[in-house]
Amino acid sequence: MTGMNGRKRPGNKALAAGVLLVSLLLAGFASFYASGSPDGLESVAEEQGFSDTAGDHSAGDGPLADYDAGLDSERASVGVAGVVGVLVVLGLGTALTYVVRRRTPEEGEVANDASDSTSTSAAAPSTTNTSA
Amino acid sequence: MHVPDGFFDAPTSVATGVVAAAVIGVSLRKARGELDDRTAPLVGLVAAFVFAAQMLNFPVVSGTSGHLMGGAIAAVLVGPWTGVLCVGTVLLVQALLFADGGITALGTNVVLVALATAVVGWGVFRALQMVLPKKTAMVPICAAAGAFLSVPVASMVFVGLYAVGGTADISIAALATAMLGVHVLIGIGEAAITFLAVGSILAVRPDLVYGARRVLEKRELVIRSTPTSSTEVPA
Repeated sequence: MTGMNGRKRPGNKALAAGVLLVSLLLAGFASFYASGSPDGLESVAEEQGFSDTAGDHSAGDGPLADYDAGLDSERASVGVAGVVGVLVVLGLGTALTYVVRRRTPEEGEVANDASDSTSTSAAAPSTTNTSA
Repeated sequence: MHVPDGFFDAPTSVATGVVAAAVIGVSLRKARGELDDRTAPLVGLVAAFVFAAQMLNFPVVSGTSGHLMGGAIAAVLVGPWTGVLCVGTVLLVQALLFADGGITALGTNVVLVALATAVVGWGVFRALQMVLPKKTAMVPICAAAGAFLSVPVASMVFVGLYAVGGTADISIAALATAMLGVHVLIGIGEAAITFLAVGSILAVRPDLVYGARRVLEKRELVIRSTPTSSTEVPA
């Protein structure tokens, strides 16, 4: 694809590969070097004396809880957790677009926008009924 | 800013849960108008990037760190409604898989980290875009400004919620001062990351950046004789 200024632009696949690679490197490698200090809210909660109101997390025993895959190496633990997280979020986010775009937009668009003020749940079922 | 279980009483958690569910429901419908065949694949990637960037806590003052929230980045890259869904997906995975952010606090976190940052990020972005020169180079600057403000505003939404349904009897004024002080600093980091991320995508594929659509359309109108038809929904 050629840009408006004549410069060659990366295709969709190249861009996707680039963004994914950056995300994997950040989560899988750079995350080890992230600050371990409490974040803004945690720090304020300690300072203002309500950090002890935080309950135990009901998913706190999960295999990846606190971004710790439980490996011997701390670097590998957080890295594996980060890579798994990136892939899970990528998968869910991609699945989401299929849900959002399930119905044909041409027909759905107009009907939806017109009905927005009156109804938020009924999604123009009159014309298309192809959703599985 | 991930709220754990226990910071808010049950009524507040339920209320923010209802608001979050309604927002996600509306976003699922509105996001359709923001996405097309070219930009849809970007959604999962933007969500993945926001997740990765949220892992990178950067030091702000001694003993305190901050990390990206991502509402502004996502809103400018894929649209505000889709942006809420992107950050919402990140929050869901963080709560269930990584015990980061309470499960009963998921609604609260969606309201604070996804909704508030996307609304403020996008609102400021659009407002600036309207008054500043319609140039592609302005897009990352407007996005960074939105990102910067989104963080302290989200922290003030937290304080507002705490005044209503916080479980500890503390001074709200002191809480507000402390939250605002640290989150203004975190906002600088949010702005820097947003500037870099939006600027990078814009540099290689401006046609995929939702927030650059109006700028590019304006430019194309000069070249073409027929206006490009757009069914885009103004946010």
